[in-house]
Amino acid sequence: MKVFMTSMLTIDLDSERWECASCGHDIGDARDNYKKGLLVRERDPSEVHAPILDAAKYDFTFAPDPDWCRIVEYCCPNCGRLAEVEYLPPGHPPAHDIELDIDALKAQWAKREPLDKPVLGPDFVAPPHSH
Amino acid sequence: MGDDMDIGGAASSAVESFLKETSLYLAPDPEIMENHGLEPRTAFEDQCIAKEKDPVRLEIVRERILAGVNESFEMLENMGAAPGAKWGDCVSAVYTASGDLSLASSGGVVIFCNLVQYPIKFVNKYWANEPTVGIKEGDVFIVNDARYGQAHNTDQSMMMPVFHEGRIVAWAGATVHEGENGAIEPGGMPSLAEQIWDEGLKMSPFKVAENYKLRRDLVTFLQNSVREPKLQYADMKVKMYVCRRIETRIHEAIAEYGVEAVVAALRMNLEDTDAEVRRRLSEWPDGTTRHSWWTDGTLRENVQIKINLELTKKGDELTFDYRGSSPEFTNRSNNSLDITVKGMLAQLFLTFIWPDIPRNQGVLAPMKFIFDNPSVLKPAFGTPNAQSMMTVFTAWSAGQVCAMKFLYSNPHKYTRVLAPWFNMINTFLFGGLTQHGEMVGNVCADINGMGGGALADRDGEHGCAPIFATMSDIGEQEFIEEEMPFIQIVSKKMMKDNQGFGRQRGGMGYQMVLAMRDSPAFGFMLTAMGAKFPNIPGLFGGYGCPTYPLARVSGVDVFDILLKDPGSFRYSIEELMNERPFKDGKYTTHPMTLGYTLAKRGELYMISQGTGGGFGDPLDRDPKDVIRDLDEDLISHDVAWRIYRVVYSRETLLIDELATEEARNAARRARIAASKPFGEFCKEWVKDKPSGKVPYYGSWADKSLVHAGSPDAVHPAGKVNPPVIMTHPLQAKIDRLEAELATCREGKG
Repeated sequence: MKVFMTSMLTIDLDSERWECASCGHDIGDARDNYKKGLLVRERDPSEVHAPILDAAKYDFTFAPDPDWCRIVEYCCPNCGRLAEVEYLPPGHPPAHDIELDIDALKAQWAKREPLDKPVLGPDFVAPPHSH
Repeated sequence: MGDDMDIGGAASSAVESFLKETSLYLAPDPEIMENHGLEPRTAFEDQCIAKEKDPVRLEIVRERILAGVNESFEMLENMGAAPGAKWGDCVSAVYTASGDLSLASSGGVVIFCNLVQYPIKFVNKYWANEPTVGIKEGDVFIVNDARYGQAHNTDQSMMMPVFHEGRIVAWAGATVHEGENGAIEPGGMPSLAEQIWDEGLKMSPFKVAENYKLRRDLVTFLQNSVREPKLQYADMKVKMYVCRRIETRIHEAIAEYGVEAVVAALRMNLEDTDAEVRRRLSEWPDGTTRHSWWTDGTLRENVQIKINLELTKKGDELTFDYRGSSPEFTNRSNNSLDITVKGMLAQLFLTFIWPDIPRNQGVLAPMKFIFDNPSVLKPAFGTPNAQSMMTVFTAWSAGQVCAMKFLYSNPHKYTRVLAPWFNMINTFLFGGLTQHGEMVGNVCADINGMGGGALADRDGEHGCAPIFATMSDIGEQEFIEEEMPFIQIVSKKMMKDNQGFGRQRGGMGYQMVLAMRDSPAFGFMLTAMGAKFPNIPGLFGGYGCPTYPLARVSGVDVFDILLKDPGSFRYSIEELMNERPFKDGKYTTHPMTLGYTLAKRGELYMISQGTGGGFGDPLDRDPKDVIRDLDEDLISHDVAWRIYRVVYSRETLLIDELATEEARNAARRARIAASKPFGEFCKEWVKDKPSGKVPYYGSWADKSLVHAGSPDAVHPAGKVNPPVIMTHPLQAKIDRLEAELATCREGKG
């Protein structure tokens, strides 16, 4: 049974493996940090948040300061889709951001129906117009 | 206490009584302030619940009282004189006799009333049996000192006991973000505050009305303590009558259903909420999610401040562990009280995660909180906290990210998973003399225009609502201009490329370009983080917001320019700053941390509201949505290609789907080629301490150790010695200039 943990990551409860939700690529042990199975690159934040004000004229341009912030991107080694983006001070250790109790997860899902796609939740329904 | 110190029960009680009677100062009581959970049931509540058990009947009573609270909220919003009241930065609520928040109004700011539980409990504990105070029918108490229970000192709450046959059966409360409070800077949120005494009014809970009448001697004292004396009086009357309306509605409910039904409904509302929250938490996976984020200043200087969160869910409980966050800043106002963090997180659950849950404090009962003591999220009693938003909003967003990572897999959701909402108060504070000769000090309603986070299948809403009040307003600019001597020449116009990129993009923020006129003395200030390090991330591969500066054009009078040469004006920050259309103007950018500054007529002050975070990989965004944003002038051609890799005709905006698919595949291949395996990346990337280029506060790899400004100033968390004391920015500037001068002189010598 697969559990949709994020929009880009699933866990196969039978094999206890993280998988790419997009291409199914095996990423790693579900009891371990999924980031270990992804590819990573560091980016100067202005590559994403480019200056809106002329950087030749101004100190503050809407682009983050690279001495303060770098963007670290994690993608699937097979399909190249982004699974996670971290904003970190240069050199700061990446977070082990999702650490699950896999035995508890298996017990929890043993009582649930398998899903073929993630549940998004209730849609917004505008109240009826009344006046 | 060891056996040798045992003085016996009676003696111990006598000592306790002696200490109680001879206390020289009644500071906030840790027993009250440390407990965010529910008070134990009283004997009377037990009796009432034994008599009134039918959940359907209790629900009818609950709805009846809620209707009264909502009616009182309408009064508060419509009659309140403070700008904050007019756009929903206020709330009214009913509390149990013990002081627990049981029913908040459907609109308004939940954190405000969540924190009023504390001053009510203080009044119950200290004033009920105090011969010089007491609690009688018709009494009203007031509070604004955050350390006794408020979000920050700019808010004022009034609390009225509701009696039935001589017994307190409930409390009514009303809170407004009043703004002005006599602090060192106008507007109630002083970034200049270096001591708690710079923060203005410090009202511990005290009785300000008897027999439903305000005491004019006390009112006059309070009026003399603030810059807006008429506002102070007007809103005290409004809040008192709002409480009185709630009291009336409770009395009517008692008359119709009986006191037992009312008391049981208020109590069971809390217990049922607690039980339902536990049930819902049980649906989450067990485990830990982690998120760290950094703010980039104290409002006086740019420094990097870590907020560290580990959120652990086990069974039906949730633990927020903020240890490893920055030390406290003992002479800066950007520290947040722990009760403020808790109150904001109640808001997270009651409005963003489970909006269908009754708005009361039962939502926090299954949750635990751990802080380093002291730290920036749990400062010492004497540490300023007037600008708590600078850290509590980041703590809130860390909670939002961590919660979403638990929530996504749930088969049963009560609302949708959401990328981070924008979280900073990108708005102007103002103060001075108006065109009507009134002295004012307050904040613009644009504080409420934060961009919404993206959802899994929908873009975020533009300029939607603040994180602390999902049902609020950004006001009518024209009304504000009738009262205030400044014009927003560009108002509510979305800022191009100010977008949280993603498969679904964040809701964007709008520009504010304003200039003062018609006042001999009027000024602005700004109190926002995020000019160097962005305020929020995205989610699941989406990006966060950019950084936000203050842009200024001085040395011009744009009102003259608009009169004589209107064609030269440009209606965006980007054009005004990059094209520099006014030849005499001085064009500068700054962090959004402007201390109160007197404005000259016609000079431009320009900022932008922030965008919500993006959701998912931007290369997966539907090309049609990219073109729609382009067509609506929300993004540039540069972003359409550089971020979203869409190929289209610039003339017709017709998408070349095949070329777009090829370009995106090529971008994914390039991404793979430019990336490394995690282990290899970490070997090169991870350093054992901060770079030293930026003053750094908080933990690095080990949350038990925190840095206090430099790579080598490391202390055990909660035991930073010497404490962090910042140099006055002007002194720092003088020191720097004197050093330069000495170097120059040495060179000459």
